[in-house]
Amino acid sequence: MTTTVTTHRPRPPAQPATLRAKRLPRYAAPAIAVAALLVAAGVVYGLGIGGPVLVVVLGALCYLAGLFTAANAVEGRRAARNRTWSALIHSAFVLAVLPLASVVWTLVSKGVERLDGNFFGTSMNNIGARDANGGAYHAIIGTLEQVGIATLITVPLGVLCAIYIVEYGRGRFAFAIRFFVDVMTGIPSIVTGLFVLAFWVLIVSPWFNDGRPGFSGFAAALALSVLMLPTVVRSTEEMLRLVPAPLREGAYALGVPKWKTILRVVLPTALPGIVTGIMLAIARAAGETAPVLLVAGGGAAINFNPFENNQSSLALFVYQQAGEASKYSPARAWTAALTLVALVLVLTIAAKLLARRNRLGR
Amino acid sequence: MGETPHRSAHAGTGGTRVTSGHEWPAGASARVAETSGNPRTPIGNGLGGGGGLPKARAFGAERAFRGLTLAAGAAVLVIIAAIAVFLIAKAVPALRANTEDFWTFEGWFPNDNPPKFGIGALAFGTVLTALLALLVAVPVALGIALYLTHYAPRRIGTGLGFVIDLLAAVPSVVFGLWGRDYLVGPITDLSTWLNKYFSWIPIFGDGPYGSSILLGSLVLAIMVLPIITSLSREVFLQTPTANEEAALALGATRWEMLRTAVLPYGRPGIIAAVMLGLGRALGETIALALTLGSTYAISFNVLQSGGNTIAANIANRFAEANDTGRGALIASGLVLFAITLIVNITARAIIYRRREFTESAA
Repeated sequence: MTTTVTTHRPRPPAQPATLRAKRLPRYAAPAIAVAALLVAAGVVYGLGIGGPVLVVVLGALCYLAGLFTAANAVEGRRAARNRTWSALIHSAFVLAVLPLASVVWTLVSKGVERLDGNFFGTSMNNIGARDANGGAYHAIIGTLEQVGIATLITVPLGVLCAIYIVEYGRGRFAFAIRFFVDVMTGIPSIVTGLFVLAFWVLIVSPWFNDGRPGFSGFAAALALSVLMLPTVVRSTEEMLRLVPAPLREGAYALGVPKWKTILRVVLPTALPGIVTGIMLAIARAAGETAPVLLVAGGGAAINFNPFENNQSSLALFVYQQAGEASKYSPARAWTAALTLVALVLVLTIAAKLLARRNRLGR
Repeated sequence: MGETPHRSAHAGTGGTRVTSGHEWPAGASARVAETSGNPRTPIGNGLGGGGGLPKARAFGAERAFRGLTLAAGAAVLVIIAAIAVFLIAKAVPALRANTEDFWTFEGWFPNDNPPKFGIGALAFGTVLTALLALLVAVPVALGIALYLTHYAPRRIGTGLGFVIDLLAAVPSVVFGLWGRDYLVGPITDLSTWLNKYFSWIPIFGDGPYGSSILLGSLVLAIMVLPIITSLSREVFLQTPTANEEAALALGATRWEMLRTAVLPYGRPGIIAAVMLGLGRALGETIALALTLGSTYAISFNVLQSGGNTIAANIANRFAEANDTGRGALIASGLVLFAITLIVNITARAIIYRRREFTESAA
């Protein structure tokens, strides 16, 4: 025994170097990068065809080519591919982070300009092109009311629909519902806006509005609820499927009827996940501009009544201020955008934190 | 107590399903629903002990609840049908009044007398911007998703993944505002440069530059990037570790492991993510209404100011529209609805087929 151990022990260091794959030295990649940048700078400034941005782009391409050639010569084809793809994936990351970071930075730096009490306390009523003040109070009211009504409509409908799909539905009809819920997720928001315009504003609302079509916050809520419905159904459905079968069977064994099992056992178990889905749907609906533009009309004054007269919303406020010629309107637009993003992000983060605490997690 | 649950003969069969209930991909099939079964199976009364149980009532709470969920499920189908019906009802009068060919005329004058409008240029612009945006966004998004799941250190990966999820929730109006106020400058420079050196490629034609298809589709790309990334990241995370480790154990490099284990496993999910991105891009309204130059001509010159999409056109022209104008916009919305419906149904059909395939293979 001891002899085998002693003969084995010296082996790894004695392994001939040819058996190990050759690797590029550590300094190779940075060296190639520097060389590529120098070559690119030489070409760009030598020919006078561009500025520093082009140098970086061309340098990146040269780096990829140089890295592949060097690795191909030393390490072989497979390792060369591996290195090149790795570099490409890293550069995709850098490429995407730049504009996204720019969006966030612009949003914050421009948004704080008008972030004051006046902005949150006043509306745009009687604010002319030369007035520096004016705010989004009416728009915030509009967003909260519209999204609130839309949630009240969507949540019962969506949860019941998901219960049908998971618990009762069978065969072709349930499959068709599932399929069309999926299809519904892809309906553009402007189309739901047009639908509510054609159905509610132009056909139904004249009945109780002296024959004239009337814009209202409620119409916007209807459009938003059409948008929210598929999200709520899908997330509820997934959560209901995660509820363990023994829970249901335990309830059945105790003689509890099916509907009571669903309401008292299945739904409470899946509740955190369902709430997460609902909050994400609310966050998405709060940011929608197009349907509100088409059916709520957008107004400058404060209107607490969602069933009558024009209402605005934060997203619509951003769009309208962006289109105005006044030199003060861009600042208002950015501050409203910041407020909107803050609202949406708070909802999203809360939803994600709730999802993390969910016992049913995947 | 309402009525009895299923017969005991039924409840006993739940055993085999207990463990498997967790393992299906969420929303994979309706099999869990089948285990709960129909409360009104014919085997009821004859079987053991059944005679001692109370009989099912014809109009109990069970029926009512079941009917309620059925109604909610049917509501989805009703809404989709209603969207089509009401849009058609409002579009037909305007289409009758149109004096030019709806499909080929390049222009939008529905408020004139006689009204003239055509969808050709708008549909072309919609498809072109969406495809260009996906062309840019998809490779980058997949790159970031791979980086976050397989290259970045775990802490950074999860943290940045969370940030990307948050960015996916940022409303599109914010991206539109950013594109219009800040991206215009760099894009104008880029357009000038491209035209100077690459004008022999027909898509890089003459100016004026600025709010062009290039700007619109880049803003769109930046907007759908987080959406596609966060979806495909989830898909990549679900790859079984065993598959990855098996590939690595066979001597695969990291890229080979990604190519042979991760990408094939995630293919249906990637298709779904891309299609969702395409749906968003096709239906995007406000970001494009703010960044495109809104002209009505079919042109492949992506640098020149101009371009328009169906959705952006609706947002831009809605305020000034009269009765026929609204009808015309609704008709264009109907076309958009049809396009997105076709894209969605195709995508879902692919995913459903694929899903069955991967499920049986996994």
